Amino acid sequence: MAVSTRRLQKELAEIKNQGTPVGIQLLSAENFQEWHLSLEVLGDTVFAGEVFCLRFRFDNQYPISSPAVQFVVDDKWKAPTHPHVYTNGHICASILGNEWSPVLSVISVCVTLQSMLASCKKKELPPGNDRYVRHAPDNPKKTRFEYDDDTV
Amino acid sequence: MSSADEYSDDEIDYYDEDDEGMLVDDDESASEMELDNFSEGASKKKIYEVDYESLSQAEVEKQMKSDVDSITSIFGVAEDVAPLLLRHFDWNKEKLIEKYMDNAATVSVAAGIAPPEKAPRRPAASGGRLHSSSQSSKESLIGPRRSSRRTASAATKSSKSKVLERVTPQVHNESFVCPICFDDTQTEFLSLVCDHKFCKSCWAAYIESKVKTEAESWIACMAEDCDVVAPDNFVKQVLTGDQRTWERFHELLVRHYVSHRPDLKYCPYPSCTYTVSCSITRASLATQVPIVTCGNSTTHKFCFGCNIDSDHRPVICAVAKMWLQKCHDDSETANWIKSNTKECSKCQSTIEKNGGCNHMTCKKCKYEFCWVCMGPWSEHGTSWYNCNRYDEKASKDARDAQSRSRASLERYLHYYNRWANHEQSKKLSVELYAKTEKKMEEMQMTSELSWIEVQFMKKAVDEVIKCRTTLMWTYGMAYYLESGNEKELYEDNQRDLERAVEDLSELIESPLDPEVIKTLRQKVTDRTVYVTKRNEIVLEDTARGFLEGRWAWNVPVAGLD
Ligand SMILES: [Zn+2]
Ligand SMILES: [Zn+2]
Ligand SMILES: [Zn+2]
Ligand SMILES: [Zn+2]
Ligand SMILES: [Zn+2]
Ligand SMILES: [Zn+2]
Repeated sequence: MAVSTRRLQKELAEIKNQGTPVGIQLLSAENFQEWHLSLEVLGDTVFAGEVFCLRFRFDNQYPISSPAVQFVVDDKWKAPTHPHVYTNGHICASILGNEWSPVLSVISVCVTLQSMLASCKKKELPPGNDRYVRHAPDNPKKTRFEYDDDTV
Repeated sequence: MSSADEYSDDEIDYYDEDDEGMLVDDDESASEMELDNFSEGASKKKIYEVDYESLSQAEVEKQMKSDVDSITSIFGVAEDVAPLLLRHFDWNKEKLIEKYMDNAATVSVAAGIAPPEKAPRRPAASGGRLHSSSQSSKESLIGPRRSSRRTASAATKSSKSKVLERVTPQVHNESFVCPICFDDTQTEFLSLVCDHKFCKSCWAAYIESKVKTEAESWIACMAEDCDVVAPDNFVKQVLTGDQRTWERFHELLVRHYVSHRPDLKYCPYPSCTYTVSCSITRASLATQVPIVTCGNSTTHKFCFGCNIDSDHRPVICAVAKMWLQKCHDDSETANWIKSNTKECSKCQSTIEKNGGCNHMTCKKCKYEFCWVCMGPWSEHGTSWYNCNRYDEKASKDARDAQSRSRASLERYLHYYNRWANHEQSKKLSVELYAKTEKKMEEMQMTSELSWIEVQFMKKAVDEVIKCRTTLMWTYGMAYYLESGNEKELYEDNQRDLERAVEDLSELIESPLDPEVIKTLRQKVTDRTVYVTKRNEIVLEDTARGFLEGRWAWNVPVAGLD
């Protein structure tokens, strides 16, 4: 069995047994290539009342290599307006790139992103959003983000 | 093997004899040159050559080892530790010694040889929710300037243990399960000094991915935010049974070392692991062209001073680079003039007329203009299909600008076409060698000449190809040379070489006449000697011109006054 399959089975079992953290829900996990989770920021934040959908894509190198993670943008969902989230749903977060560690999991990524949104004081688009979105690859992992901003 | 000349491979002690530097006077070497000693090379360094040495990977590793040994003995640290310290400081020994003497503990953490001692835990945040503490401390994990995994903070440390708690199943000493793969059939677990335990198979997959996919030799622990780095022996232990990844890892270490040494350069040819050592200064690139050849193959010729992976003598790096850039930028425009198209007077993109109507609209910028006068269409009123504005100012200006750019383009094409022609001929050299070999076999059969005796043909081809390279670059240089006496003399030499090369080239490509093989041999040999002489003259005179500051340029050249 591929390591990625065994690992995702394990994560799925854990989610089913222990549930998900508050504000995070598993929407779909029909296979071991792509999962969807919903994300909500609780409490008094600029995103109060908004629900977002995260799409995870795994290759068979997971968890040695990071999953491709983005916010779903379609008729039903939209991306949060945040200085590290592009309007096409791509996320500039170092744990999805050079800070990825194989001990991280789908849930820990969700928790991290939830906290990224929670600490946001002002809804703002990333600088150069339009230019990025126009040229962005389909898979956000193909983008080399520069983690060059200290203020979340 | 040390070699400043691709033909002098067997002269190892060559450099010790000659330390007079660049200004060796070797006027005679060309005239003394005979076909038979082409392959032996001249015994003196030529004015257009530089001193250098080729090093195998093992030889570079020896140099690295001596740095490691000296650090090991100065600091009294373990053998595994010194390489990481040196790598962290990009092999700058002085800086490492200074910083380490100043604060060994901080340096050790930064260099990934020790985990931060007792990282103070952050007080847990508000509590209540399952992941609150991990959440609050993990803000620093995302997006923003997370310099790198090499700078851990207390906050991220505690967050990591949280995440670990979540993903890791209960750790019983007797039945540890790897927190990455959860494969309970794994029995071998390894950890770095930080004690983060993972199974060997996950370590192997991780290191392989770092080394092969990311070309990374700085391999941090797999635990989140752990900055402890795997020393060579650990990598070796994990990669037992994967010799190729281990070798690639080693190559990456050597590359890293070489890239931080100004006197070393890694051979740019694919899958070559040789290094060249050359101590040429930046400033001397204004007068010298440091072409070197690695000891792996005489075809691995490259410039030590710039990124051009071939012999660009006699042109100095700055001018060679300018010329290549020009060819790259203008290739589109060059095609335009050849195919008789016109260019939009607004955005300069190429327009083709493919109908009878003179009303043209540029596909790119939507500028509308008249094909006949090149003036703006808006001024043509209703005189459709019939231009009567040929002499109007706007139309004239547009045409003047175009003819000016045409003239400068034609000047460029003059040099470019000759450059491209030699380049094209060079590209066909593989076929020429094959054809020549056939001819040589034929000669052997139809004459009394032995295989050794028919080698004159191959030597002629070698020489033709070498000289075409020189000629190519002389055209690149001539494009930027200010007109005047010096340029005329330069072009005389260039022309003499070109004629000699074309003559020889024609001779070796003409059909074989068995009757006159003896005469042919004499002729080819004579012409080869002559071509060699002409090439020497071009290379030497140009090199001398650089040293004397004789060349005047029609554009500013980087690095020259
Ligand atoms: Zn494992
Ligand atoms: Zn660790
Ligand atoms: Zn090489
Ligand atoms: Zn160069
Ligand atoms: Zn245009
Ligand atoms: Zn007109």
